[in-house]
Order: sequence, then C-alpha cells, then structure tokens
Amino acid sequence: MKSQSAGAAATVRIQVNGTEHEVSAAADTPLLYVLRNQLGLKAAHFGCGTGQCGACRVLIDGRAVASCDTPLWAAAGKHITTAEGLGDAAHPHPLQSALIAEQAGQCGYCLPGILISAAALLARRPRPTEAEVRAALDDNLCRCGSHNRIVRAVLRAAQAENIS
Amino acid sequence: MNLAYRLAAGEAGKLPRLPGSLHLNRRLSQWLRFLPDGTIEVRSGKVEIGQGITTALAQIAAEELDVPIARIRMLPASTAASPNEGVTSGSLSTQESGSALRHACAEARALYLAAAATRLGVPVASLSVVAGDIVAAGGARTSYAELADDVLLARDATASVPPKQAAQHVLVGTPLPRLDLPHKVYGVPRFVHDLDLPGMLHARVLRPPSPAALLLSLDDTRARAMPGVVAVLRDGSFAGVLAESEEAALNALAALREGASWRESETLPDVSTLGDWLKAQAVESVVIAERGESGAAGAAHTQRARYTRPYLAHASIAPSCAVAQWTDGRLHVWSHSQGIYNLRTDLALALALPPEHIVVEHVEGAGCYGHNGADDVAFDAALLARAAAGRPVRLQWTRADELAWAPLGPAMTVEIEADLDAAGNILAWRHEIWSNGHSSRPGRAKTPALLAAGHLEQAFEPPLAINPPAAAGGGADRNAIPGYDFPAWRIVSHRLLAMPLRTSALRSLGAFANVFAIESFLDELAAARGEDPLAARLRLASEPRARAVLAAAAARANWAGWRRREGRGHGIGFARYKGSGAWCAVVAEIEAGREIRVERLVIAVDVGLAINPDGVANQIEGGAIQAASWTLKEQVRFDRTRITSDSWEHYPILRFSEVPAVEVEILPRPQETSVGAGEAAQGPTAAAIANAVFDALGVRVRDLPITPERIIAAAN
Repeated sequence: MKSQSAGAAATVRIQVNGTEHEVSAAADTPLLYVLRNQLGLKAAHFGCGTGQCGACRVLIDGRAVASCDTPLWAAAGKHITTAEGLGDAAHPHPLQSALIAEQAGQCGYCLPGILISAAALLARRPRPTEAEVRAALDDNLCRCGSHNRIVRAVLRAAQAENIS
Repeated sequence: MNLAYRLAAGEAGKLPRLPGSLHLNRRLSQWLRFLPDGTIEVRSGKVEIGQGITTALAQIAAEELDVPIARIRMLPASTAASPNEGVTSGSLSTQESGSALRHACAEARALYLAAAATRLGVPVASLSVVAGDIVAAGGARTSYAELADDVLLARDATASVPPKQAAQHVLVGTPLPRLDLPHKVYGVPRFVHDLDLPGMLHARVLRPPSPAALLLSLDDTRARAMPGVVAVLRDGSFAGVLAESEEAALNALAALREGASWRESETLPDVSTLGDWLKAQAVESVVIAERGESGAAGAAHTQRARYTRPYLAHASIAPSCAVAQWTDGRLHVWSHSQGIYNLRTDLALALALPPEHIVVEHVEGAGCYGHNGADDVAFDAALLARAAAGRPVRLQWTRADELAWAPLGPAMTVEIEADLDAAGNILAWRHEIWSNGHSSRPGRAKTPALLAAGHLEQAFEPPLAINPPAAAGGGADRNAIPGYDFPAWRIVSHRLLAMPLRTSALRSLGAFANVFAIESFLDELAAARGEDPLAARLRLASEPRARAVLAAAAARANWAGWRRREGRGHGIGFARYKGSGAWCAVVAEIEAGREIRVERLVIAVDVGLAINPDGVANQIEGGAIQAASWTLKEQVRFDRTRITSDSWEHYPILRFSEVPAVEVEILPRPQETSVGAGEAAQGPTAAAIANAVFDALGVRVRDLPITPERIIAAAN
C-alpha cells in the first residue's frame, strides 16, 4: 500500500466495528474521510486535521488514534472501532450510559472522540483514578466546559464495568 | 437581532404588548401544531447551540399542555416556517422564546379545551388534561390527538390565558435529561457537518494569508487537473474548489494555495502594546451613564488603574460548516447560524436575490459562544454552489480558517478611577472603555456582514462593528455600570472607527473585561483599606439578590474559614449580568506555582425560576471553565501582517488536567421571572481568579491573560 502514489485510487480492506469493508480511495486518504463519507459513520468528527484536538479519534487495534492524520494504508487489515461501534441506544456501552447519566455534554461534538480515549483507558486501567482519567483525556479538547461531568462519567462507567 | 434589540429599534408597532417573542410572531400556528398521532410539533426561532435550549423549551411546552415531554417534537428552525426570533444570543432565549411558548401553549390548551367541551357537551370547567387526554368530570374523554385541527390555532395570540403558577409546575423546575444527548453519545448524525445529501459535492475556500491580502494571480492548472476536482472558482480575492470527495477538495486546495500570489500589507497593531494602541485610535465616544457629580469635591485621594483584555477566538472544536444548494435560481442553505433570518437578509443583499428566494434551515453545529464563522461559511457555500449545477455543496472551514477568520472577541482597555475620602470611601467612580464594537452580526447593516463579501471583485465594504443599544444589554459597555451603591459615577465608551481585525460578539461581550476590571479594582480599594474583599462587597451592594449570591458563594466556599498557605490564594468576583439578568458570585481558589492553577470555583447563581436546574448548572459550569481558560491562557496572536495563532498549538485552551473543580449553587427563586444563565459566570470568574492571584502572590495582574510572564511583568 505504501507504494501507492498520492491521488491514485487503491482498494483497501479494513474491519470497522466488526464488519469487513473493501474501500476504494487513494492510499494516503485520511481514514476519517473514508469512515465518514464512504462508510457513513459520522461519529468521528473533523476538528483540526492535525491530531491536536481528539474529535476524530477511533480505536485501531485497541489504541486510540486520530483518524484525521492516519492514512488509509496504515489502517489496512486493522480492526477499527468508532463510537458507533461501542454501543447504541439499544445496547449502550457503559461509557455511553454514564455520559447520559451524568448529563456530560453540551454541544457534544467532542464526545465521540472522548468516548474512544476513555474506552482505551478503561481497557488498560479498569479502575483509573480521577487524575488518570484527566491525563488520558488531555489530548481531547472540549470547549463547552463539560470536562468535570465527563470525568465523573468515566469514573462511573469504571464502577459499572467492575460490578457487572 | 434579538427581541430587545428590535424593540429598541422601534419595530414593536402599535399592537398590544404580548409576552416575549409572541409580540412580533403573533400567530399561534407559528409556534405549535397538534398531530392526530398525539405528537405536538413545537417551533421556536431560537436554536440549539449547545446550551440545551431545546430541552428547556420542550419542558415549557409540555408543562403548559399537560403532556409528557416525549410527545413534544421540537422542529428545527427554518425561515420557511419558524417564528422570527432574531438571534439566539444575549442569554435571552428563555425569556423571549420561553415566555412566548408558555403563553402560546396555555392559549392553545384553552382552545382545545373549548373544542373538547363542545364535542363532549360538558362545561369547560369540568375538563382536565391528563397526559394529553382531555377528561370530563363525569368520565367522558377525548384528546388533543382526536381533536387535532389546524384551524383551531390559525389565529393570533391574545395572551389572555394565564400560564401555570410556579406551584402548579410538574416538569418546569426539574432536571430533565437533555433531549439531544443520546444522539451525541451514540454518534447518530446530528450536526450540519454530518449532512450527507444525494449527489453532494465537497468544497474548500482558499482564504487569504492575512486580513488585508489581495489575490494578484491564481494558477489553478494543477488543481483543475487533479482527480475528483469539479470546479475551481475565483472572484476577486475569493477563491475555492469543488470536488467529488472531501480529500480531493483538500488536495486541490493545497495545489491552489501553491498557485496563488498575494499582495499583503502590514495593517495590524503591535500585539505587545494593544492597550495603548486602542487608546490612540479615532473613536466615537458615548456617555453610557452618569450619576451625581462624578468629579467629586472633597476627595482626599484619587486611585486609578488600567485593565486590558486581548482579542479572543471562539475556538469551537468544530470548524464552521454549511451546505448550500441552488435550484432554479433559488437557494437553500443548511446552517448552524445563530440568526437564520438575519443570515437570509445578508445572503439576499450579497447575492442580489429577493429574500423569499432563500431558505435558511438551522442544523446544529458545535458549541457556539457568539458570532462565529457560521454565517460566513454559509455564504462561502452559496458562492461555490453556483458552480455545482444544482448539486448540494458541503463546505467546511479548516482549523486555520476557524481560528484566523471567524470574527474575534475585541481587545479592550478599561480605565477606572475612584475619588476617595480620607477613610477610603468611594465618593465618585469613573469608568472608560476603548474597544472595537462588539457586534458585526448579519442582518443589521446596509452591506452584508459576510466575510467573503469583502473579498469579491465587486466587494462590499465590511460593516464596522457596532455596540448593541443599552436596551439589548450594550456591547463594549455591557456591565460597565457598577452593581454597587456608589454615590456618583460616569461611564464612557469609546468605539474604534478602524477595524484591522474583524470583531463581533463573543460570550458576554464587554462584560468579561468590565467585570474583570470593576471587581479587580474593588479588590484593590479594599486591600488599600485593609478590608476583606467579601466584606467590602457586602458593604457596597444593597440589592438583596446580589447580597444573597455573594453570601451563598462565600458560605459554600467557606470563605471565612480559609486557611492561608504559601502560594495559595482565594478571590471573589460578582456581577449581575447586563444589570438585568442573572446574579452570579464566584469564589476562586488557586495555587500559584510555575503557572497559575485554578483548583476550585465555587459559584452561586440566581436565574429566577430555573426551568431546568441541571441545564442551568451545566451552563454555569461550562461558562466558568471557559472563562478560566480565557483568563489564564487565551490570546489571539499576530505579527503586523498575519494572525499567527491559527492552530491549537498556538491558541491553547484549558485541558482536562488543568480544569478546576466547579461547584454551582442555584438559589431557589421559583416565583421570579426566568433569566438566562449562559453568560453570567464569565466576568465574575475572571475577577475571582485575578483576585485570588493577588491574594496568593501580592501581585496585581491587570492585563489578561494571567500568564507567568504577565505575573513577572506585574511584579516588577
């Protein structure tokens, strides 16, 4: 894949939220645009295009990464999870339930990326401290000032996951 | 324009006064509609900008109609159908739209009860409404759904049906969960950014490198030849690309940038001496208020100080975005504008179209804290969509566009002087402001206030930012009149007549700097007398609701029990927003290490009847955290030609690990009129932090942001 020149379309297989997809795009296309515009998965949002705000984060093989500066070729053959893949209204992820329980959001544009960072945190630290939650979310920007509610929600979800 | 603004502008006419926005949108059917399936559609002209207004308005409608909130369907605002409520701004939506809906729904309920009485052959007095069913004392029943008839509401409101008293409220006053949040956590498409219309093209604009840059030549050969590129457009210094995919649009934009040749000029002030620069410009001066003899005789001493704030960016997490589509010479725009009708007015001006040939439909954007790029990007999209042969065009700004080209919150210099007697009592108070205007919103000037309009070959002169009138809360002068009982004062506002950087409304407008200045200066006077800052405020504030928030914040923060420790400080700030809105007192506790770290903000707020107490708390918490970010970190940076703070790296905002704990206490005032919460915490938070820094270090920082460099400069 790496050898593809910019602009020339390539066919790439990626696994997104448990489903195999074959997408056709230039190999250097940011993964974000493939997810949003080819697969219709709109949870990951564009914020800056340089990986500085976290709004576009997805899990790639369990790691939270910025999909806006991850080229498609780097995601080939990998397992990608977007916020849609964490859960939905019928089967919510504990983090999603906790965000609602804590009413942790205003505009909500940053939330899918924050969910991804938090999910990656809980996978490696099931019982994080508040300071660990804050540190894990430090590369996710929120402008509305919902930070403290979001932190409470992540701690709540950690409790819930451990009880269940 | 919000309602207060329009009333001030003399649009009220001679009709009998109706509550809130009902006055200018009198048709009941504009506000709500009963459907046979039991749903009730509610339309407001106020829009969701992250503040939770949709939920609060749905609560109000459900309350008056006696239906579960799930029956209410809040429709997105559209110029094709919605009441014209001007701009969603000024923390006025609960007052303007909320009171209109309260009365419209109460009247609609009465009309349906009358129809039910006829249908059931019983007196109206025997009817009650239970979850949307209309039940007679004898057991006969019908429902809104069964009676659903558009004719019933095809009439003007009279406001003759009194809405419920506070004691009757079941839904209003309770912390119902936000209606929009589930979509946002499950990633259901909801934002204008997520719109995906059939045949949609993607566009990007080639913004100039600096505010005064002119496009001399544009070699678009390479961009046009790129795969997926549909069109490259240029009109004067405005240029952009249309492509089949977002990535193709971005690649073409990069190629276009390389092919562009600009002439740039040094038009920007020296960022390091902004406070002086503001005072040296040509201005229009207005005396905002005068009381008594503001140059008091018998003064033993006059104390003065100067405070400044820099230009601030909205810095929303999403760059502005719009979708536009032309069909047979008519334009449809999907926009996160705060004022869909105002945007339509300016689109009509700029495109030389009759307004009725344009529909602007609101779709949520990311958090909006004032007049951001939403209107500008809508015009950009409309311009580029002309080359799309009828296909819809989605245009999203880049991060750099957003930080450098959205209107900025204006820099301000505030000078305060107080004449004091020998005991340090204030005899007279003088407050002067130098600032650009705080509003260049669309829909108010003779020329369109849309960014690209100034870049076209046939350019429109960009309107100079103005200050909203006092009846709308003022602009630069917002909260310049002290909320204390000084015997004399004189408040003067100087509006700059040059605008090298485009400025407009940012959350709380001038109140942020004015309250920062007033409350800092009050602390300075108290310190000179050796008086406790809280005691000084309680001595000077006579209004009971002002004293109540001061006392509540102080009690909750245990002000009196503060333990002094090296490097730690606490401070207090207070204001009643706009002099007519919410009362808010903030206690800040900080630790002064290598940087200032705000550990805790304790806030007491009085918003009258809180429609949704958790929504109020959320707004106050968010406002305080944002204000802490402005106070500690934020400053638009530029050289003499270009804005340089066009990335998150160069425009940092407060991060999760830097955010203070925030506690909010809402004073229960169920009998009092509701006022907005969105902007009340901005000024008091800045002042409380600055006062806490003084308490910790003995250093008075009068220039925002309070960075380590500023503290060192102030200490010397």
